Amino acid sequence: MRLNLTVNGHPRTADDIWPGESLLYVLRERLGLPGSKNACEQGECGSCTVRLDGDLVCSCLVAAGQAEGAEVTTVEGLAPEGEDGAPRLSALQRAFLDAGAVQCGFCTPGLLMAADELLAREPRPADADIREALSGNLCRCTGYEKIIDAVRLASARTADGAAVGQGVTPDAPAPEGR
Amino acid sequence: MDFLRPADWREALAAKAAHPDAVPLAGGTDLMVELNFDLRRPARLLDLSRVGELADVDTAGEGDTVVLGARVPYRDIVERLRSPLPALALAAHTVGSPQIRARGSVGGNLGTASPAGDAHPALLAAGARVEAASVRGSRLIPIDDFFTGPKRNVLADDELIRAVHVDAARGPQQFAKVGTRNAMVIAVCAFSLALHPHTRTVRTGIGSAAPTPVRARAAEEFLDGVLDEGGHWDHGRPVPPSAAARFAQLAASACAPIDDVRGSADYRRHAVAVLARRTLHWTWSAYPAPQGAASCA
Ligand SMILES: Cc1cc2nc3c(=O)[nH]c(=O)nc-3n(C[C@H](O)[C@H](O)[C@H](O)COP(=O)(O)OP(=O)(O)OC[C@H]3O[C@@H](n4cnc5c(N)ncnc54)[C@H](O)[C@@H]3O)c2cc1C
Ligand code: FES
Ligand code: FES
Repeated sequence: MRLNLTVNGHPRTADDIWPGESLLYVLRERLGLPGSKNACEQGECGSCTVRLDGDLVCSCLVAAGQAEGAEVTTVEGLAPEGEDGAPRLSALQRAFLDAGAVQCGFCTPGLLMAADELLAREPRPADADIREALSGNLCRCTGYEKIIDAVRLASARTADGAAVGQGVTPDAPAPEGR
Repeated sequence: MDFLRPADWREALAAKAAHPDAVPLAGGTDLMVELNFDLRRPARLLDLSRVGELADVDTAGEGDTVVLGARVPYRDIVERLRSPLPALALAAHTVGSPQIRARGSVGGNLGTASPAGDAHPALLAAGARVEAASVRGSRLIPIDDFFTGPKRNVLADDELIRAVHVDAARGPQQFAKVGTRNAMVIAVCAFSLALHPHTRTVRTGIGSAAPTPVRARAAEEFLDGVLDEGGHWDHGRPVPPSAAARFAQLAASACAPIDDVRGSADYRRHAVAVLARRTLHWTWSAYPAPQGAASCA
Protein backbone atom coordinates (compact mmCIF):
# COMPACT_ATOMS: atom_id res chain seq x y z
CA MET A 1 0.00 0.00 0.00
CA ARG A 2 1.17 3.51 -0.79
CA LEU A 3 0.95 6.17 1.89
CA ASN A 4 0.80 9.92 1.24
CA LEU A 5 1.20 12.35 4.08
CA THR A 6 2.74 15.69 4.93
CA VAL A 7 5.65 15.60 7.34
CA ASN A 8 7.06 18.83 8.75
CA GLY A 9 5.44 20.74 5.92
CA HIS A 10 6.77 18.54 3.11
CA PRO A 11 4.60 16.13 1.11
CA ARG A 12 6.00 12.61 1.50
CA THR A 13 5.20 9.23 0.01
CA ALA A 14 6.04 5.79 1.31
CA ASP A 15 5.55 2.67 -0.81
CA ASP A 16 4.95 -0.96 0.06
CA ILE A 17 3.89 -0.20 3.56
CA TRP A 18 1.93 -2.70 5.60
CA PRO A 19 -1.14 -0.72 6.74
CA GLY A 20 -0.95 -2.14 10.26
CA GLU A 21 2.58 -0.94 10.86
CA SER A 22 2.89 2.09 13.06
CA LEU A 23 3.36 5.68 12.01
CA LEU A 24 6.51 5.55 14.14
CA TYR A 25 7.89 2.77 11.93
CA VAL A 26 6.99 4.75 8.81
CA LEU A 27 8.77 7.84 10.10
CA ARG A 28 11.91 6.06 11.23
CA GLU A 29 12.34 3.23 8.75
CA ARG A 30 10.60 4.44 5.62
CA LEU A 31 11.10 8.20 5.68
CA GLY A 32 14.50 8.42 7.34
CA LEU A 33 13.33 10.54 10.27
CA PRO A 34 14.83 8.86 13.33
CA GLY A 35 14.13 11.77 15.71
CA SER A 36 11.02 10.08 17.10
CA LYS A 37 12.28 7.28 19.31
CA ASN A 38 11.06 3.75 19.73
CA ALA A 39 11.25 2.42 23.25
CA CYS A 40 8.08 0.61 24.24
CA GLU A 41 5.69 0.48 21.28
CA GLN A 42 2.81 0.48 23.74
CA GLY A 43 2.08 4.11 24.50
CA GLU A 44 3.78 4.06 27.88
CA CYS A 45 6.95 6.08 27.37
CA GLY A 46 6.05 8.97 25.05
CA SER A 47 9.42 8.93 23.28
CA CYS A 48 7.64 8.53 19.92
CA THR A 49 5.40 11.58 20.48
CA VAL A 50 4.47 13.60 17.38
CA ARG A 51 1.68 15.91 16.31
CA LEU A 52 -0.92 14.32 14.05
CA ASP A 53 -3.19 16.94 12.52
CA GLY A 54 -2.33 19.07 15.53
CA ASP A 55 -3.03 16.42 18.18
CA LEU A 56 -0.27 15.23 20.47
CA VAL A 57 -0.10 11.47 19.96
CA CYS A 58 2.12 8.44 20.40
CA SER A 59 3.12 7.62 16.84
CA CYS A 60 3.60 3.98 17.85
CA LEU A 61 -0.17 3.72 18.37
CA VAL A 62 -1.22 5.25 15.04
CA ALA A 63 -1.62 2.76 12.21
CA ALA A 64 0.19 3.86 9.07
CA GLY A 65 -3.06 3.65 7.13
CA GLN A 66 -4.68 6.11 9.54
CA ALA A 67 -2.06 8.72 8.67
CA GLU A 68 -3.06 8.84 5.01
CA GLY A 69 -3.45 12.50 4.07
CA ALA A 70 -2.47 13.67 7.55
CA GLU A 71 -0.17 16.49 8.61
CA VAL A 72 2.54 15.19 10.90
CA THR A 73 5.07 17.23 12.85
CA THR A 74 8.05 15.46 14.34
CA VAL A 75 10.86 16.76 16.50
CA GLU A 76 12.81 17.39 13.30
CA GLY A 77 10.16 19.99 12.48
CA LEU A 78 10.76 21.99 15.66
CA ALA A 79 14.04 23.40 14.40
CA PRO A 80 13.36 25.03 11.06
CA GLU A 81 16.15 25.80 8.68
CA GLY A 82 17.78 29.19 8.98
CA GLU A 83 18.95 31.29 6.02
CA ASP A 84 22.14 29.28 5.83
CA GLY A 85 20.16 26.06 5.52
CA ALA A 86 21.24 24.83 8.95
CA PRO A 87 18.55 24.09 11.51
CA ARG A 88 18.04 26.68 14.20
CA LEU A 89 17.01 25.46 17.60
CA SER A 90 13.69 26.65 18.93
CA ALA A 91 13.54 28.56 22.20
CA LEU A 92 12.33 25.40 23.87
CA GLN A 93 15.18 23.29 22.54
CA ARG A 94 17.66 25.95 23.61
CA ALA A 95 16.11 25.98 27.08
CA PHE A 96 16.49 22.19 27.35
CA LEU A 97 20.21 22.55 26.67
CA ASP A 98 20.65 25.55 28.95
CA ALA A 99 18.77 23.94 31.84
CA GLY A 100 20.66 20.66 31.62
CA ALA A 101 17.47 18.78 30.78
CA VAL A 102 19.22 16.44 28.36
CA GLN A 103 21.32 13.55 29.60
CA CYS A 104 21.28 10.46 27.37
CA GLY A 105 18.73 12.31 25.23
CA PHE A 106 16.54 9.36 24.36
CA CYS A 107 13.43 10.87 25.90
CA THR A 108 14.17 14.39 24.66
CA PRO A 109 12.31 14.37 21.33
CA GLY A 110 9.09 13.20 22.96
CA LEU A 111 9.41 15.67 25.81
CA LEU A 112 10.09 18.51 23.39
CA MET A 113 6.97 17.67 21.42
CA ALA A 114 4.84 17.51 24.58
CA ALA A 115 6.29 20.71 26.03
CA ASP A 116 5.95 22.53 22.70
CA GLU A 117 2.27 21.62 22.57
CA LEU A 118 1.80 22.85 26.14
CA LEU A 119 3.49 26.21 25.52
CA ALA A 120 1.52 26.75 22.32
CA ARG A 121 -1.68 26.22 24.31
CA GLU A 122 -0.59 27.86 27.54
CA PRO A 123 2.39 30.22 27.23
CA ARG A 124 2.63 30.67 31.00
CA PRO A 125 1.92 27.26 32.48
CA ALA A 126 1.81 26.67 36.22
CA ASP A 127 4.02 23.87 37.54
CA ALA A 128 1.00 21.62 37.82
CA ASP A 129 0.22 22.22 34.14
CA ILE A 130 3.78 21.31 33.20
CA ARG A 131 3.69 18.11 35.22
CA GLU A 132 0.38 17.10 33.74
CA ALA A 133 1.47 17.91 30.19
CA LEU A 134 4.61 15.80 30.59
CA SER A 135 2.92 12.92 32.41
CA GLY A 136 2.95 10.71 29.33
CA ASN A 137 6.73 10.94 28.87
CA LEU A 138 9.23 8.86 30.78
CA CYS A 139 12.82 9.87 31.42
CA ARG A 140 15.18 7.42 33.06
CA CYS A 141 18.07 9.86 33.57
CA THR A 142 17.19 13.32 34.76
CA GLY A 143 14.68 12.86 37.54
CA TYR A 144 12.47 15.36 35.65
CA GLU A 145 13.35 18.44 37.71
CA LYS A 146 15.68 19.86 35.07
CA ILE A 147 13.12 19.14 32.40
CA ILE A 148 10.52 21.10 34.32
CA ASP A 149 13.12 23.87 34.79
CA ALA A 150 13.63 23.90 31.03
CA VAL A 151 9.94 24.36 30.32
CA ARG A 152 9.73 27.16 32.88
CA LEU A 153 12.78 28.77 31.28
CA ALA A 154 11.36 28.54 27.77
CA SER A 155 8.11 29.99 29.03
CA ALA A 156 9.86 32.89 30.76
CA ARG A 157 11.91 33.63 27.67
CA THR A 158 9.09 33.53 25.19
CA ALA A 159 5.76 34.24 26.86
CA ASP A 160 6.13 37.98 26.45
CA GLY A 161 6.51 38.03 22.74
CA ALA A 162 7.83 35.43 20.42
CA ALA A 163 5.81 32.31 19.84
CA VAL A 164 7.26 29.00 20.91
CA GLY A 165 7.47 26.25 18.37
CA GLN A 166 8.36 28.68 15.64
CA GLY A 167 12.08 28.23 15.86
CA VAL A 168 12.64 31.62 17.43
CA THR A 169 16.04 31.97 19.02
CA PRO A 170 15.70 33.72 22.35
CA ASP A 171 17.86 36.66 23.25
CA ALA A 172 16.33 37.37 26.63
CA PRO A 173 18.58 36.28 29.50
CA ALA A 174 17.62 33.44 31.79
CA PRO A 175 15.58 34.57 34.78
CA GLU A 176 17.48 35.11 38.00
CA GLY A 177 18.58 32.08 39.89
CA ARG A 178 18.76 29.81 36.85
CA MET B 1 -3.99 -7.45 5.52
CA ASP B 2 -6.80 -5.32 4.15
CA PHE B 3 -7.18 -1.82 5.46
CA LEU B 4 -10.73 -0.57 4.99
CA ARG B 5 -11.29 3.16 5.27
CA PRO B 6 -15.02 3.91 5.03
CA ALA B 7 -15.74 7.59 4.39
CA ASP B 8 -18.98 7.68 6.34
CA TRP B 9 -21.24 5.70 8.65
CA ARG B 10 -23.26 4.01 5.90
CA GLU B 11 -20.07 2.75 4.27
CA ALA B 12 -18.73 1.61 7.62
CA LEU B 13 -21.83 -0.49 8.33
CA ALA B 14 -21.76 -1.93 4.80
CA ALA B 15 -18.09 -2.85 5.19
CA LYS B 16 -18.74 -4.51 8.56
CA ALA B 17 -21.66 -6.46 7.08
CA ALA B 18 -19.56 -7.59 4.11
CA HIS B 19 -16.60 -8.47 6.34
CA PRO B 20 -17.78 -9.44 9.81
CA ASP B 21 -14.19 -10.44 10.64
CA ALA B 22 -12.93 -6.87 10.08
CA VAL B 23 -11.62 -5.45 13.35
CA PRO B 24 -12.71 -1.84 13.99
CA LEU B 25 -9.88 0.61 14.64
CA ALA B 26 -10.62 3.90 16.43
CA GLY B 27 -7.88 5.62 18.46
CA GLY B 28 -5.73 2.49 18.33
CA THR B 29 -4.60 2.81 21.95
CA ASP B 30 -5.66 -0.78 22.68
CA LEU B 31 -5.54 -2.36 19.25
CA MET B 32 -2.18 -1.01 18.08
CA VAL B 33 -0.47 -2.41 21.16
CA GLU B 34 -1.74 -5.84 20.14
CA LEU B 35 -0.58 -5.37 16.55
CA ASN B 36 2.83 -4.05 17.59
CA PHE B 37 3.40 -7.08 19.80
CA ASP B 38 2.03 -9.55 17.28
CA LEU B 39 -0.67 -10.61 19.68
CA ARG B 40 -3.19 -10.21 16.91
CA ARG B 41 -3.02 -10.36 13.11
CA PRO B 42 -6.50 -9.61 11.85
CA ALA B 43 -7.09 -10.21 8.17
CA ARG B 44 -8.83 -6.83 7.97
CA LEU B 45 -8.83 -3.58 9.84
CA LEU B 46 -11.81 -1.25 9.60
CA ASP B 47 -10.47 2.24 10.25
CA LEU B 48 -13.14 4.53 11.66
CA SER B 49 -11.04 7.74 11.55
CA ARG B 50 -12.88 9.22 8.61
CA VAL B 51 -16.38 8.46 9.89
CA GLY B 52 -17.50 11.90 11.02
CA GLU B 53 -20.73 10.59 12.57
CA LEU B 54 -18.66 8.91 15.29
CA ALA B 55 -16.94 12.15 16.27
CA ASP B 56 -20.12 14.11 17.01
CA VAL B 57 -21.31 15.14 20.44
CA ASP B 58 -25.01 15.96 20.46
CA THR B 59 -26.08 17.72 23.63
CA ALA B 60 -29.33 19.04 22.25
CA GLY B 61 -31.00 15.64 22.24
CA GLU B 62 -34.37 14.82 23.72
CA GLY B 63 -34.71 14.99 27.48
CA ASP B 64 -31.23 16.41 27.99
CA THR B 65 -29.50 13.28 26.82
CA VAL B 66 -25.93 13.62 25.62
CA VAL B 67 -25.27 11.48 22.56
CA LEU B 68 -21.54 10.92 22.62
CA GLY B 69 -20.03 9.65 19.37
CA ALA B 70 -18.05 6.43 19.79
CA ARG B 71 -14.75 7.89 18.70
CA VAL B 72 -14.82 11.23 20.59
CA PRO B 73 -11.47 11.30 22.39
CA TYR B 74 -11.22 11.46 26.18
CA ARG B 75 -9.57 14.87 25.91
CA ASP B 76 -12.76 16.37 24.48
CA ILE B 77 -14.89 14.73 27.16
CA VAL B 78 -12.67 16.29 29.83
CA GLU B 79 -12.73 19.69 28.17
CA ARG B 80 -16.33 19.90 27.00
CA LEU B 81 -18.56 17.56 28.97
CA ARG B 82 -17.60 18.13 32.58
CA SER B 83 -20.91 19.64 33.50
CA PRO B 84 -23.41 17.30 31.79
CA LEU B 85 -21.30 14.14 32.37
CA PRO B 86 -19.28 14.75 35.54
CA ALA B 87 -18.43 11.11 36.40
CA LEU B 88 -17.41 10.27 32.85
CA ALA B 89 -15.29 13.43 32.59
CA LEU B 90 -13.53 12.57 35.86
CA ALA B 91 -12.92 9.03 34.64
CA ALA B 92 -11.69 10.30 31.27
CA HIS B 93 -9.22 12.56 33.02
CA THR B 94 -7.60 9.56 34.72
CA VAL B 95 -7.01 7.67 31.48
CA GLY B 96 -3.37 7.21 30.49
CA SER B 97 -1.66 10.45 29.54
CA PRO B 98 -2.36 13.47 27.32
CA GLN B 99 -1.21 11.44 24.29
CA ILE B 100 -3.55 8.57 25.14
CA ARG B 101 -6.45 10.93 25.90
CA ALA B 102 -5.99 12.66 22.54
CA ARG B 103 -6.89 9.40 20.74
CA GLY B 104 -8.50 6.92 23.10
CA SER B 105 -12.29 6.83 23.01
CA VAL B 106 -15.27 5.50 24.94
CA GLY B 107 -16.26 3.41 21.90
CA GLY B 108 -12.83 1.76 22.05
CA ASN B 109 -13.10 1.27 25.81
CA LEU B 110 -16.45 -0.49 25.29
CA GLY B 111 -15.06 -2.46 22.34
CA THR B 112 -12.23 -3.78 24.50
CA ALA B 113 -14.68 -4.30 27.39
CA SER B 114 -11.88 -4.74 29.89
CA PRO B 115 -13.08 -4.97 33.50
CA ALA B 116 -10.51 -2.21 34.13
CA GLY B 117 -11.90 0.21 31.52
CA ASP B 118 -12.34 3.52 33.31
CA ALA B 119 -15.37 4.73 31.37
CA HIS B 120 -17.41 1.73 32.48
CA PRO B 121 -18.04 2.52 36.16
CA ALA B 122 -19.05 6.06 35.21
CA LEU B 123 -21.41 4.81 32.49
CA LEU B 124 -22.93 2.28 34.89
CA ALA B 125 -23.51 4.94 37.55
CA ALA B 126 -25.05 7.34 35.04
CA GLY B 127 -27.26 4.63 33.53
CA ALA B 128 -25.96 5.01 29.96
CA ARG B 129 -27.21 3.22 26.83
CA VAL B 130 -24.91 1.98 24.09
CA GLU B 131 -26.18 2.60 20.56
CA ALA B 132 -25.09 -0.31 18.37
CA ALA B 133 -25.92 -0.49 14.70
CA SER B 134 -25.60 -2.72 11.67
CA VAL B 135 -27.12 -2.75 8.20
CA ARG B 136 -30.00 -4.57 9.92
CA GLY B 137 -30.83 -1.54 12.04
CA SER B 138 -29.82 -0.06 15.35
CA ARG B 139 -30.54 -0.79 19.01
CA LEU B 140 -29.96 0.86 22.37
CA ILE B 141 -28.33 -1.51 24.84
CA PRO B 142 -28.60 -0.62 28.53
CA ILE B 143 -25.04 -0.48 29.88
CA ASP B 144 -26.02 -3.05 32.54
CA ASP B 145 -26.50 -5.63 29.75
CA PHE B 146 -23.46 -4.70 27.65
CA PHE B 147 -20.64 -6.64 29.29
CA THR B 148 -20.85 -10.43 29.07
CA GLY B 149 -17.46 -11.52 30.41
CA PRO B 150 -13.85 -10.42 30.67
CA LYS B 151 -13.16 -8.53 27.43
CA ARG B 152 -16.48 -9.66 25.99
CA ASN B 153 -19.56 -7.69 25.08
CA VAL B 154 -22.94 -8.25 23.44
CA LEU B 155 -22.05 -6.80 20.02
CA ALA B 156 -22.89 -9.02 17.06
CA ASP B 157 -20.26 -9.63 14.36
CA ASP B 158 -21.82 -7.15 11.99
CA GLU B 159 -22.43 -4.43 14.59
CA LEU B 160 -20.52 -1.27 15.38
CA ILE B 161 -20.95 1.13 18.28
CA ARG B 162 -22.29 4.44 16.99
CA ALA B 163 -22.60 6.38 20.23
CA VAL B 164 -23.25 6.28 23.93
CA HIS B 165 -26.40 7.95 25.24
CA VAL B 166 -26.01 9.43 28.70
CA ASP B 167 -28.58 11.54 30.52
CA ALA B 168 -27.17 14.88 31.56
CA ALA B 169 -26.49 14.75 35.29
CA ARG B 170 -29.26 16.08 37.52
CA GLY B 171 -27.25 15.55 40.68
CA PRO B 172 -23.65 15.23 41.81
CA GLN B 173 -21.53 12.38 40.42
CA GLN B 174 -18.10 11.10 41.34
CA PHE B 175 -15.46 8.72 40.05
CA ALA B 176 -12.39 7.55 41.96
CA LYS B 177 -9.67 5.14 41.04
CA VAL B 178 -6.87 3.43 42.94
CA GLY B 179 -3.50 3.00 41.24
CA THR B 180 0.18 3.18 41.99
CA ARG B 181 0.63 6.72 40.73
CA ASN B 182 -1.34 9.58 39.21
CA ALA B 183 -0.68 9.09 35.52
CA MET B 184 -0.64 6.09 33.27
CA VAL B 185 -2.09 3.43 35.48
CA ILE B 186 -4.54 0.67 34.91
CA ALA B 187 -6.95 0.84 37.83
CA VAL B 188 -6.36 -1.52 40.73
CA CYS B 189 -10.00 -0.78 41.30
CA ALA B 190 -12.38 2.08 40.54
CA PHE B 191 -15.72 3.26 41.87
CA SER B 192 -18.31 5.66 40.57
CA LEU B 193 -21.41 7.01 42.28
CA ALA B 194 -24.20 9.13 40.82
CA LEU B 195 -27.06 10.73 42.74
CA HIS B 196 -30.29 10.91 40.78
CA PRO B 197 -32.44 13.32 42.81
CA HIS B 198 -35.33 13.34 40.30
CA THR B 199 -35.95 9.64 40.95
CA ARG B 200 -34.53 9.74 44.48
CA THR B 201 -32.14 6.91 43.64
CA VAL B 202 -28.41 6.37 43.47
CA ARG B 203 -26.43 4.26 41.01
CA THR B 204 -22.95 2.85 41.28
CA GLY B 205 -20.30 1.29 39.07
CA ILE B 206 -17.26 -0.73 40.07
CA GLY B 207 -14.21 -1.36 37.88
CA SER B 208 -11.41 -3.93 38.10
CA ALA B 209 -13.02 -5.89 40.87
CA ALA B 210 -15.00 -8.56 39.02
CA PRO B 211 -14.86 -10.33 35.63
CA THR B 212 -16.88 -7.45 34.19
CA PRO B 213 -17.62 -3.93 35.37
CA VAL B 214 -20.53 -4.25 37.83
CA ARG B 215 -23.04 -2.25 39.82
CA ALA B 216 -23.26 -2.63 43.57
CA ARG B 217 -27.01 -3.19 43.56
CA ALA B 218 -27.45 -4.18 47.19
CA ALA B 219 -25.48 -1.11 48.23
CA GLU B 220 -27.65 1.09 46.01
CA GLU B 221 -30.90 -0.35 47.42
CA PHE B 222 -29.66 0.04 50.96
CA LEU B 223 -28.68 3.67 50.40
CA ASP B 224 -31.92 4.45 48.55
CA GLY B 225 -33.80 3.20 51.63
CA VAL B 226 -31.70 5.16 54.11
CA LEU B 227 -31.98 8.39 52.10
CA ASP B 228 -35.71 7.99 51.70
CA GLU B 229 -36.58 7.03 55.27
CA GLY B 230 -34.31 9.68 56.76
CA GLY B 231 -35.77 12.43 54.53
CA HIS B 232 -32.27 13.19 53.28
CA TRP B 233 -33.33 14.18 49.76
CA ASP B 234 -35.40 16.97 51.40
CA HIS B 235 -33.22 18.23 54.22
CA GLY B 236 -29.88 17.42 52.56
CA ARG B 237 -28.09 16.30 55.69
CA PRO B 238 -25.54 13.50 55.27
CA VAL B 239 -26.41 9.93 56.18
CA PRO B 240 -25.26 8.69 59.61
CA PRO B 241 -21.71 7.26 59.67
CA SER B 242 -23.08 3.79 60.43
CA ALA B 243 -25.13 3.89 57.21
CA ALA B 244 -22.15 5.13 55.18
CA ALA B 245 -20.10 2.25 56.59
CA ARG B 246 -22.80 -0.25 55.69
CA PHE B 247 -23.01 1.18 52.16
CA ALA B 248 -19.24 0.77 51.81
CA GLN B 249 -19.41 -2.80 53.09
CA LEU B 250 -22.18 -3.72 50.66
CA ALA B 251 -20.19 -2.16 47.80
CA ALA B 252 -17.22 -4.35 48.72
CA SER B 253 -19.39 -7.45 48.75
CA ALA B 254 -20.54 -6.71 45.19
CA CYS B 255 -16.95 -7.43 44.08
CA ALA B 256 -15.61 -10.77 42.90
CA PRO B 257 -12.00 -9.73 42.58
CA ILE B 258 -8.90 -11.73 41.77
CA ASP B 259 -5.32 -11.59 43.01
CA ASP B 260 -3.02 -10.24 40.33
CA VAL B 261 0.15 -8.22 39.96
CA ARG B 262 -1.74 -5.00 40.56
CA GLY B 263 -3.35 -6.02 43.83
CA SER B 264 -4.77 -8.82 45.91
CA ALA B 265 -8.47 -9.63 46.04
CA ASP B 266 -8.58 -8.58 49.69
CA TYR B 267 -6.95 -5.27 48.96
CA ARG B 268 -9.41 -4.62 46.13
CA ARG B 269 -12.39 -5.30 48.38
CA HIS B 270 -10.97 -3.00 51.02
CA ALA B 271 -10.18 -0.26 48.50
CA VAL B 272 -13.64 -0.42 46.92
CA ALA B 273 -15.17 0.08 50.37
CA VAL B 274 -12.95 3.11 50.96
CA LEU B 275 -13.81 4.60 47.56
CA ALA B 276 -17.52 3.97 48.12
CA ARG B 277 -17.46 5.82 51.42
CA ARG B 278 -15.43 8.72 49.96
CA THR B 279 -17.54 9.14 46.84
CA LEU B 280 -20.67 9.09 49.02
CA HIS B 281 -19.20 11.86 51.14
CA TRP B 282 -18.12 13.91 48.10
CA THR B 283 -21.38 13.60 46.19
CA TRP B 284 -23.54 14.23 49.21
CA SER B 285 -21.52 17.32 50.21
CA ALA B 286 -22.28 18.70 46.75
CA TYR B 287 -26.00 17.87 46.90
CA PRO B 288 -28.16 20.99 47.16
CA ALA B 289 -31.26 20.12 49.16
CA PRO B 290 -34.40 21.37 47.38
CA GLN B 291 -35.82 23.16 50.44
CA GLY B 292 -32.60 25.05 50.91
CA ALA B 293 -32.19 23.25 54.23
CA ALA B 294 -28.72 23.38 55.73
CA SER B 295 -26.68 20.53 54.36
CA CYS B 296 -23.73 21.26 56.60
CA ALA B 297 -24.96 19.51 59.68
C1 LIG C 1 -0.34 3.83 27.77
C2 LIG C 1 -1.78 3.46 27.87
C3 LIG C 1 -2.50 3.84 28.98
C4 LIG C 1 -3.84 3.50 29.09
N1 LIG C 1 -4.51 3.88 30.22
C5 LIG C 1 -5.82 3.56 30.34
C6 LIG C 1 -6.54 3.96 31.50
O1 LIG C 1 -6.01 4.62 32.40
N2 LIG C 1 -7.86 3.62 31.57
C7 LIG C 1 -8.48 2.92 30.58
O2 LIG C 1 -9.67 2.64 30.70
N3 LIG C 1 -7.83 2.53 29.48
C8 LIG C 1 -6.50 2.84 29.33
N4 LIG C 1 -5.83 2.43 28.22
C9 LIG C 1 -6.51 1.62 27.22
C10 LIG C 1 -7.16 2.41 26.06
O3 LIG C 1 -6.60 3.69 25.93
C11 LIG C 1 -8.67 2.57 26.24
O4 LIG C 1 -9.29 1.30 26.36
C12 LIG C 1 -9.33 3.35 25.10
O5 LIG C 1 -10.63 3.69 25.50
C13 LIG C 1 -9.37 2.60 23.78
O6 LIG C 1 -9.97 3.45 22.82
P1 LIG C 1 -9.41 3.53 21.31
O7 LIG C 1 -10.29 4.47 20.59
O8 LIG C 1 -7.98 3.80 21.30
O9 LIG C 1 -9.71 2.02 20.86
P2 LIG C 1 -9.01 1.07 19.77
O10 LIG C 1 -7.71 0.58 20.26
O11 LIG C 1 -9.07 1.69 18.42
O12 LIG C 1 -10.05 -0.13 19.81
C14 LIG C 1 -10.25 -0.89 20.98
C15 LIG C 1 -11.23 -2.02 20.72
O13 LIG C 1 -12.53 -1.51 20.49
C16 LIG C 1 -13.00 -1.89 19.21
N5 LIG C 1 -13.74 -0.72 18.70
C17 LIG C 1 -13.28 0.55 18.58
N6 LIG C 1 -14.26 1.36 18.14
C18 LIG C 1 -15.36 0.59 17.96
C19 LIG C 1 -16.70 0.86 17.50
N7 LIG C 1 -17.10 2.09 17.15
N8 LIG C 1 -17.57 -0.18 17.44
C20 LIG C 1 -17.18 -1.44 17.81
N9 LIG C 1 -15.94 -1.74 18.25
C21 LIG C 1 -15.04 -0.74 18.33
C22 LIG C 1 -11.77 -2.26 18.42
O14 LIG C 1 -12.04 -3.20 17.41
C23 LIG C 1 -10.88 -2.84 19.49
O15 LIG C 1 -11.22 -4.18 19.75
C24 LIG C 1 -4.49 2.77 28.06
C25 LIG C 1 -3.76 2.42 26.92
C26 LIG C 1 -2.43 2.77 26.81
C27 LIG C 1 -1.68 2.39 25.58
S1 FES D 1 7.41 4.03 21.79
FE1 FES D 1 5.49 4.98 21.63
S2 FES D 1 5.03 5.47 23.66
FE2 FES D 1 6.86 4.30 23.87
S1 FES E 1 17.73 11.96 29.32
FE1 FES E 1 17.98 9.82 29.29
S2 FES E 1 15.93 9.12 29.30
FE2 FES E 1 15.72 11.22 29.62
